[in-house]
Amino acid sequence: MNRTGSGCSDGLVPRGQEKSAGQPLWLLAELTYKCPLQCPYCSNPLDFAGQGEELTTEQWIRVLQEGRELGAAQLGFSGGEPLVRQDLVELIREARSLGYYSNLITSGLGLNEHKLEAFRDAGLDHIQVSFQASDEEVNNMLAGSEKAFAQKLRMAREVKAHGYPMVLNFVTHRHNIDRIDRIIELCIELGADYVELATCQYYGWALQNRAQLMPSRGQLERAERITNEYREKLAAEGNPMRLIFVTPDYYEERPKACMNGWGQIFLTVTPDGTALPCHSARQLPVEFPNVRDRSLGDIWYRSFGFNHFRGYEWMKEPCRSCDEKEKDFGGCRCQAYLLTGDAANADPVCSKSPHHDRILSARQEAERPDESPFTYRNERNSRVFCRS
Amino acid sequence: MNESSIPSFNPLFRFQWEKAQDCYVLLYPEGMIKLNPSAGEILALVDGKRTLGEITTQLERKFPDAGTLGDDVREFIGVAHEQNWIRLQ
Repeated sequence: MNRTGSGCSDGLVPRGQEKSAGQPLWLLAELTYKCPLQCPYCSNPLDFAGQGEELTTEQWIRVLQEGRELGAAQLGFSGGEPLVRQDLVELIREARSLGYYSNLITSGLGLNEHKLEAFRDAGLDHIQVSFQASDEEVNNMLAGSEKAFAQKLRMAREVKAHGYPMVLNFVTHRHNIDRIDRIIELCIELGADYVELATCQYYGWALQNRAQLMPSRGQLERAERITNEYREKLAAEGNPMRLIFVTPDYYEERPKACMNGWGQIFLTVTPDGTALPCHSARQLPVEFPNVRDRSLGDIWYRSFGFNHFRGYEWMKEPCRSCDEKEKDFGGCRCQAYLLTGDAANADPVCSKSPHHDRILSARQEAERPDESPFTYRNERNSRVFCRS
Repeated sequence: MNESSIPSFNPLFRFQWEKAQDCYVLLYPEGMIKLNPSAGEILALVDGKRTLGEITTQLERKFPDAGTLGDDVREFIGVAHEQNWIRLQ
């Protein structure tokens, strides 16, 4: 068969018809879905328990090599809990020799002094430790673990003692946001270089638990004010610690420029090798390629999944004729799909969206505390979503 | 800051040549700063040993058509210090 110029017989977008793609500067390697914690806002898919086998060490090394060739500079080792992978030191060493800046994104559970040394010797650049709250009781309630908080504190101190740059990440929500002053004080005490105060984003598990998680507008405004006061205080004291406050888009009137555009700078590879333009995209009804079948270059430039929402052709109204479309790309495809049922709709965060009422009603809900129990992110609950 | 000040990198930042960007960059937790050619040439000589005077002399030797560079080096090092990219001793 003459395949010259015939196009899609290899399952890829025909050469010359690829859409404008940036470079995957950020490669997120989700090494495993296994995790000792059960955070009810986890960004892993609801049906993680039903996903395929994990990639082997050799397969990951090939992914790292191909990613670097495509221009990736930042590499995140994430999960699940990446410390569960026994080959982490080997992957870190490979990442360093390829020239990546490597980031370990961890709960701190499973970490110890010995591993911190081994990772440093292998060339790990930075460690991000996630906390659930500033005090033991709330932290452990959210993590679904009784030992988590003490271990996190100990490990955060060890991370600094070993000379790593350290980011502390707090996902904030209605149960911890009123203690933001204590969260910041804890970060000062632990000597964090950066602090991410990341308001919960409602995908996957967090969307399931939105009514129990979403802060009221009053809670949010207070937290932002206190954060700004601390910024001034830190600056006056000459403390270089940086506070990064991530506002929740549910209280915005225009959507976020999600991932800086579909398939423009970000590439996630999931534990089973599925490649995604963002870590939530797996829940979309779009077919995504797998690194077992294709090179990362073919995936980035020519797969249907990565080309799907590039450019502006796919847009519907009100996005299509909107003069802000080049600024926000119509917002987040996952949010559009989860809240309106069609991933090509405008992100309903936008006040121009005909579905904006769904955001408004969530805001109203947030004014009335919901005391019903969380659906925790664990294997048993995930199996329910695998069946449905 | 004077001619005998010795700049060194803040360990939060890693400096390297980035082929895909065709420029020097500073990498830090989850971020990257692309440097313009002159900033890159100056930082490429920062090793925690060379003084500002030595860095200037080396650059003037490498770029003989550029004239005296002391002011440019001091100005940029001031910015880099303010940004917390480097430390001075």
